[in-house]
Amino acid sequence: MKYSYYPGCSMHSTAAEFESSFRFVAGVLGMELTEVEDWFCCGATPAHITDPLLGLALPTQNLLQARPTGLDVATTCAACYNRLKTANRVALEKPKKREALAQILGEEYKGEIPVRHILDIFVNDVGVDNIQRNVLFPLNGLRVASYYGCLLTRPPEVADFDDVENPVTMDKIVEALGGVALEWPFKTECCGASFSLSRSDIVGRLAGEIMRYAKQAGAECIAVACPLCQSNLDLRQKEASEYEGVEFNMPILYITQLMAVAYGGGGKDVGLGKAIVNAESVVHRVFGHRGSERVER
Amino acid sequence: MARIGVFVCWCGSNIAGTVDVKKVAEEVSKLPYVVYSTDYKYMCSDPGQNMIKEAIKEHRLTGVVVSACSPRMHEVTFRRTVQEEGVNPYMMEMANIREHCSWVHDDMEEATEKAIELVRMAVAKAVELEPMEKIEVPVTKRALVIGGGIAGIQAALDIADGGVEVILVEKSPSIGGKMSQLDETFPTLDCSQCILTPKMVDAAQHPNIKIYSYAELEELDGFIGNFQARIRQKARSVDMELCNGCGDCWNKCPQKKIPSEFEAGMSDRAAIYVPFPQAIPNTPVIDRENCIYFQSGKCGVCAKICPTGAISYDQSDEFITEEVGAVVVATGYDLFNTDVIGEYGYGEIPDVISGLQFERLSSASGPTEGKIVRPSDGKKPEEVAFICCVGSRDDKYGRPYCSRICCMYTAKHAILLHHKSHGSQAYVFYIDVRAGGKGYEEFLRRATEEEGAIYMRGRVSRLYRDNGKVVVKGADTLSGAQIELHCDMVVLANGITASPGAEELARKLSISYDEYGFYSEAHPKLRPVETNTAGIYLAGCCQAPKDIPDSVSQASAAASKVLALFSGDFLTREPNIAEVNPFTCTGCFTCREVCPYDAIDEEEVTVHIDGKKVTRTIARVNLGKCQGCGICCAVCRSNAINLKGTKDLQIFRQIKAFTGSEKEKSDEPVGSKK
Repeated sequence: MKYSYYPGCSMHSTAAEFESSFRFVAGVLGMELTEVEDWFCCGATPAHITDPLLGLALPTQNLLQARPTGLDVATTCAACYNRLKTANRVALEKPKKREALAQILGEEYKGEIPVRHILDIFVNDVGVDNIQRNVLFPLNGLRVASYYGCLLTRPPEVADFDDVENPVTMDKIVEALGGVALEWPFKTECCGASFSLSRSDIVGRLAGEIMRYAKQAGAECIAVACPLCQSNLDLRQKEASEYEGVEFNMPILYITQLMAVAYGGGGKDVGLGKAIVNAESVVHRVFGHRGSERVER
Repeated sequence: MARIGVFVCWCGSNIAGTVDVKKVAEEVSKLPYVVYSTDYKYMCSDPGQNMIKEAIKEHRLTGVVVSACSPRMHEVTFRRTVQEEGVNPYMMEMANIREHCSWVHDDMEEATEKAIELVRMAVAKAVELEPMEKIEVPVTKRALVIGGGIAGIQAALDIADGGVEVILVEKSPSIGGKMSQLDETFPTLDCSQCILTPKMVDAAQHPNIKIYSYAELEELDGFIGNFQARIRQKARSVDMELCNGCGDCWNKCPQKKIPSEFEAGMSDRAAIYVPFPQAIPNTPVIDRENCIYFQSGKCGVCAKICPTGAISYDQSDEFITEEVGAVVVATGYDLFNTDVIGEYGYGEIPDVISGLQFERLSSASGPTEGKIVRPSDGKKPEEVAFICCVGSRDDKYGRPYCSRICCMYTAKHAILLHHKSHGSQAYVFYIDVRAGGKGYEEFLRRATEEEGAIYMRGRVSRLYRDNGKVVVKGADTLSGAQIELHCDMVVLANGITASPGAEELARKLSISYDEYGFYSEAHPKLRPVETNTAGIYLAGCCQAPKDIPDSVSQASAAASKVLALFSGDFLTREPNIAEVNPFTCTGCFTCREVCPYDAIDEEEVTVHIDGKKVTRTIARVNLGKCQGCGICCAVCRSNAINLKGTKDLQIFRQIKAFTGSEKEKSDEPVGSKK
């Protein structure tokens, strides 16, 4: 299983633990990653708000740089995934924009490189059986609410690997790791996204509602697969708790962190130390205190 | 030698306003074989037709070209005109210089030139026309009705009342269909059972109606007037003669945990069961999939308890062949499967129910005897949300069409809630309210003005549970507000989809269906109950979503078509169908592969080749089935099939008349054989 890997900016900064845990998990599952040569920002939200064509040119150029490997492009961040997939869709379906982009970039891109989110790769390429087979430390019935946010499944014609309103890929992984995937209604509600900086009150309210329902469903932690979702639920949990009038104390973990824990990753692989809301407690409750070294397989 | 008369019509100013009709008549008079040409204001009027008749007599015309409107309009008229004067009706050809010329052009000079071209082509064809006789096919005066819902029952009763025998085939254990499951019906709030049950009894007791329940059509052979229907009578496991419907068997059956289809899963039934107390026939069937005896070989309680010894475990499916002359398809519909809408949580949240489940909750014969309660805890729902257009008018689920019944049944549900659950409040989320039927708008106003239902225009984006309530998140697009309601129960107004197996049945019947699986009528306005396959008619929701009044109307219309078909001993059909040349047909049967009507039969012929007798199998066109579409002619490798009335030669003459050089047109006769 070889992939061209597009990390995106967050993975080298705010979501470094997403990166480290993913790289560890990929190694265990036998995924070979080749980082896209000289990759740069996908443009995220600011680019397409500034100029729609800029918002397409940035991901398209990144895909052009990934093209020589001939591999599927794997990405971890939900926003990167969304931008790269959007670039593909435009290249396939909008000939005029394709031409305009070719003028700007000096090379035509026809949308031929499949862009895959790692959840899609885990469930559909690696397979739930393989995910389960590699578990050294089962999650022992840890009750996990999988939170997908907006961009992993929307818009459905762009992101098309899971049910748009009731996605289940992360839940399948949680079950495979030995956890309990909870049925809960706020899987795809918005976390407030980049309002985190300009209108943190809105993020507090939205994150508060999400956490209220996760708690109601009996969640011990929330699993995410998007750096911004993680940051909003974790970093703004204080505001959320104030809004709801409850102390949530809800650890927010990347799904790859849960996998890394189950696969015996070392402290640096799992990267629990970066969380604002202490996540160590969850791991300790389930596994007891374990050294910070990787477990030899 | 052909003698052709040309008659150019003005159609008032319709043609004459754009086409110089005098010039057309004059120009075409110079064509070979044309011995007479004239023009007149209205050729279709009595004086106009008399002109044609006079000219036939006076000029001994062998063929007539009428240059006027579309043949769809007046071909029949002018064929009759020439026939009355002793000319074979198929020796008349029309040139359409109205729809194809005057109506679509402005420039008189060019339009006149085009009209002359059109008439020249028609004359070229008219020279090659051959007399034809109408085809007579004998008729079996019995009808097959497939589907025993209200549409099928109505069609069967109307046909039977017309003195014709009817075979009614219903796949479930009882006739009655979806209507039997409904509570009260809009817009009059008649009790559905009370108006349906008498019709079911009428159908069962009618001397001309024979019902096969728990049976399906296996195969349909033959053609209009002469079908052979092979019917599979599924094994009931109960002898219908011996059973007296006492009910001991289903009361004593130990397997009682099967979700009842009739109750839409709101209560359970036994493995041996009649679907509902008023079922016709009132003979139970054993559901072998769920029967302990059939699954494990043990039990046999029903056989032990039956006082008449009617239980018959070793019954097997039987096949019956019935000869019929016409078929009415009335196979109904299914409700849109709401499982696919992730955000509504149907099946996950017990208090989110389907429209049909609400009918059963509200019905006096239902699992709660008409008491409207929440499925989760049996409590009275104080606040109930109704969501319209669930699986209708929604491209996302491939259903852009309107299901036509949901707006009205939702208004009815709101009213029934108000009547039966005092103090409960109905909230209705809608896109538009479509209340187009007789008394429907008034009924809707009654729901909102007198019965207190609150209507909000907007879609619901999500349903989820919170503290025993169902949270309804949506929008009121008129006020622009986001809505969050905490309701006790939510009713989804499921749309209509084609019934399961509709496409498979269509293939058995050789009828066409649309992209959604609804059967196609022959013409959306003017032939709404006929299919493109002669002798097969449509009634009810199998053709498109419709309510009870429309289904019943269409059923009666289909019945009248069947009775008209059976009014004579023979069927008369137009002769312009395909014809095989037995000398050139090689018997490759490519024609059979492409024929949409299954109209190619085999025939053994003996021919003499070089003094030797040779027997070959060649194609023969079935006079009853062929619809004259001409696909076979296009694929025939040896050019042995021709469509009578538009034979290759006739078409080539037309093309030559159109494309040939000026010299050819004027100097050489167009027709060669005469």
